[in-house]
Amino acid sequence: MIRHIAGTVFIFLGIAFDFLGVLGLVRLPDVYNRLQAATKCVTFGTAGLLLGVFILEGFTSFGFKALLGIAFVFLSSPVAAHAISRAAHRSGIPLAAGSVVDMYKADQDTKS
Amino acid sequence: MKVIRWGTGLIILGGLGYLNFFVLTAPLLVKLINVSLFSSLFVLYRVVRGPSPADRIVAVDILGVLIIGMLALLGLFYKQGFFMDIALIWALLSFIASLAFAKTLEGRRIDD
Repeated sequence: MIRHIAGTVFIFLGIAFDFLGVLGLVRLPDVYNRLQAATKCVTFGTAGLLLGVFILEGFTSFGFKALLGIAFVFLSSPVAAHAISRAAHRSGIPLAAGSVVDMYKADQDTKS
Repeated sequence: MKVIRWGTGLIILGGLGYLNFFVLTAPLLVKLINVSLFSSLFVLYRVVRGPSPADRIVAVDILGVLIIGMLALLGLFYKQGFFMDIALIWALLSFIASLAFAKTLEGRRIDD
């Protein structure tokens, strides 16, 4: 019984984080802001959801595949986000109008 | 003007949440899958209307991570094991697709 409640709570938290991350993806003004909000929230939300599925299922093949899915998501999603943001900055997509600092551009200028 | 936009958005989201969670008679997992499907509708809005190519790439990446969680919930609902296999393969393929899109956006070849 308590296992059922804990798994359902984790699935609720995961769905809530997914929804907030997608809301950030729609509302924020810039590629980089959108990338930051969406990637963090959706990665954490999906990992929590898979953890809830593991708690509900227990030590079966389905539950272990859910744990493996957590490992895949945590390893692959930040790497993809970093590659996308670096490619966007190098291909010359501008920052939003209210941005304060651009450390990557300053670093490139001092290096060359 | 801003107040009117925020108010209409809050009314639409609150109405949809009320309809989903308190009016619809379905199991709890079906309601959670409905919220996840609505989030992926938001992501499709960003895919269609993104101003720059990097926005579309970010949205496709986020859509892949959302679909992993949705497949886990579907496997929990139908009590079938193969949904989690599809989720794992989807995670790997989405990661490789994001890296390939990022390299193409940066202007390098895929096998560089």
